[in-house]
Amino acid sequence: MPTSDYAVRAIGLQKRYKETRALDGFDLAVPYGMVYGLLGPNGAGKTTAVRILTTLIRLDGGTAEVAGYDVTRKPRMVRRRIGLTGQQTAVDDAISARQNLVLFGRLFHIGQAAARKRADELLEQFSLADAANKTPKKFSGGMRRRLDLASSMILAPRVLFLDEPTTGLDPAGRREVWQAIRELARHGTTVLLTTHYLDEADKLCDRIGVIDHGKNVVEDTPDGLKRRIGNERLEIVAAESDDLPAIAELANRAASEGTEATVDEARQAVTVPIADGVQALTDVATELRNKGVTAADLGLRRPTLDEAFLQLTGHATDDEETSAV
Amino acid sequence: MTTLNVAPDTDDTLAGRVKWAIVDCWSIVWQELVHLIRQPSTFAWQLGFPIVMVLMFVYVFGSAMDVSGQGAGAGYMEFAMPGLFTMTMAFGFMNTAFAVTMIKEKGFIDRFRSMPMASSAVVTGRGVADIIHAAVDLAILVGIALVLGWRSGGSLAATFGAFLLLLLLRLALIFVGIFLGLIVQNTEAAGNLFAVAFPFGMVSSVFAPPDLMPGWLGAVAAWNPVSSTAGAIRDIFESPAVASGFWIEEHALAAAIVWPMVITAIFLPLAVRRFKRLSR
Repeated sequence: MPTSDYAVRAIGLQKRYKETRALDGFDLAVPYGMVYGLLGPNGAGKTTAVRILTTLIRLDGGTAEVAGYDVTRKPRMVRRRIGLTGQQTAVDDAISARQNLVLFGRLFHIGQAAARKRADELLEQFSLADAANKTPKKFSGGMRRRLDLASSMILAPRVLFLDEPTTGLDPAGRREVWQAIRELARHGTTVLLTTHYLDEADKLCDRIGVIDHGKNVVEDTPDGLKRRIGNERLEIVAAESDDLPAIAELANRAASEGTEATVDEARQAVTVPIADGVQALTDVATELRNKGVTAADLGLRRPTLDEAFLQLTGHATDDEETSAV
Repeated sequence: MTTLNVAPDTDDTLAGRVKWAIVDCWSIVWQELVHLIRQPSTFAWQLGFPIVMVLMFVYVFGSAMDVSGQGAGAGYMEFAMPGLFTMTMAFGFMNTAFAVTMIKEKGFIDRFRSMPMASSAVVTGRGVADIIHAAVDLAILVGIALVLGWRSGGSLAATFGAFLLLLLLRLALIFVGIFLGLIVQNTEAAGNLFAVAFPFGMVSSVFAPPDLMPGWLGAVAAWNPVSSTAGAIRDIFESPAVASGFWIEEHALAAAIVWPMVITAIFLPLAVRRFKRLSR
C-alpha cells in the first residue's frame, strides 16, 4: 500500500502541445485534508495540470501521484479515489436531479441500492432535496453547479478536483458553491481547485499556488500571498505625463517593504503596494501638494489578479487568450 | 459515515473488464432510454424532416415521375417509401454525431473518463441506445407508411429481414457518427454536418432511380451505400422499378450487406483511434 502523506504529489510535470509548453517542470504537493488553490490566468496550465492529475491526459515528463497512486501506472486506482468537477457543468438536463446522481453512482460501481441511498444523502447535503425529482433544465446556475459538485461526490473521495468551480456564476451562485466546498473540506475531503479569481482563492484555500506559463511562480498561504502582492495599492494618475517620474519617486517612498511602484505610461498612472492604506494616502497627498504636482486621480485600490501577476512575475497576464485545453 | 471513500475494487482481469464494459454500457443506455421516455417529442423533431420529404415527393413531385416505366406517378409510393426508410437510417449518423459532440462539449466525456467505469461505455452505450432509437423510428415510419396505403409485397419474414438490413446500415453509420462527433469542435459545427448528410442521403436512389440522372451522377448515386440498401429492400418489398443499367444495382442485396461491413471496417478503427486521442 502506498504510504505517501500527500493527496497530490507532482514532480517536474511536462506537457507539450505542438509549440506550446502547457506545463514546463511544474511541481505540486498537497497534503491530505487541505483546500489548495491553483491560481493563474487563462492558459497558465491550471486545467492541463488538473487533466493530468485526473488521468484524462498523459504527461510527457515528470511523475504524479494522486491518493498514493501513480497516475500513469495505476490510473484505475486513482479513478477510484477521486472526484472531478470540470469547467463545464456535466449535468444531464433531460433526467431528474436524483436520476443524475443514481446514474453516476452506478458508474462508480457502488450498486443500485447504494447509489439510490447516496443520491438522497447528497441531495440533502447540497440542499437540493426539494428539487430532487425535477430536471435541472430550470435550475439556477448555482443549483446546477451544486448538482454537478454532488455528482463528483458520489464517493466521499480522497481528493476532489474542481476546475474553475464558479466561473460563469452570478454572485449568489458563487456564494452557494463556496459554501458547499467549505462543507466538503470540513468533512476532511482534500480539495484541489483552480481559479483565476484572487478573492475566490483567498476565501476558500488554505494554500495557494500561483502558476504561469506552465511553471510554479510562488506558493504561500492566502495571507502570505497578500503580503507579497501588497494588501492594498495606491494609484496616482498624473495630470501631466511629465510629472510621472516625480510621482513614481514619491510613490516608492510609500511602498511597503520589498516592493516598488509600477508605471503605466498609457494611463499616466503610478501604482504602488502599500502597507497602511490611509496613512500612505495622506502622506502622498501631502507630498504631492508640497511639490506642486497635480494628480488627476488619487485612490486606494484592491489588487486585481493582473496586478498581482505583474508583481509576482514581472509581466502582465495574457488573459485575453482563452485556455486551449 | 457510511459513505465509501474508495470505489469498490472491481475485477481488473480481462474478463472482469469485459463484464464491466457491458454493465457500464447498459447504464449509459438506461440514461438514454430515460431521455426518450421523458421527451417523446424527440421522435417528432427527428422524424419531421423525412416525413415532410416523403409527403412532398409522393404527393407533390411523384405525380410527375415515372419510376416504374408505367407512366408518371404510377407506383411512386411503393418506390419512395423504402427510400424514406433508408434515408432516415442514413441521416441517423447526424443524431449520433450530435449526441457525441454534446456529451463532449458538456464535459460528460471528461467526467466519465475520470471515473472507475469502463471508458468505452461512453460511446458503446451511445451506439446501443441509437440502434434502439432507430428501431423505434423505423416502427413509426412503417406505421405512417401503412396508414398512407403502402404495403410490402414480400413475406413477413422477408419484410423483417429488410428492416434488419436497414438497421445494419444504421449500425455501420453509428461509427461514422461517433468519429465525426469526436472530430467536430462543438454542437454548432455538428449541426453543419447536415451539409454532408444531405447529398449523402439524396444523391442516391432514395427518391429517383439513378438511371434517370445524368451519367456520372447516376453512377455516384448507384454506388452510394444508401442506394444499395434502398435497392435491396425494394426488391424484398417487390416495389416496381425501371430496369437498372448499373452492375451494383443488380446485386443490391449483397451490396446492402457488404457496404455496412466496409463502412464499419473503416470507421470503427478511426473512431477508436479518435477516442484514444482524447488522452493526448
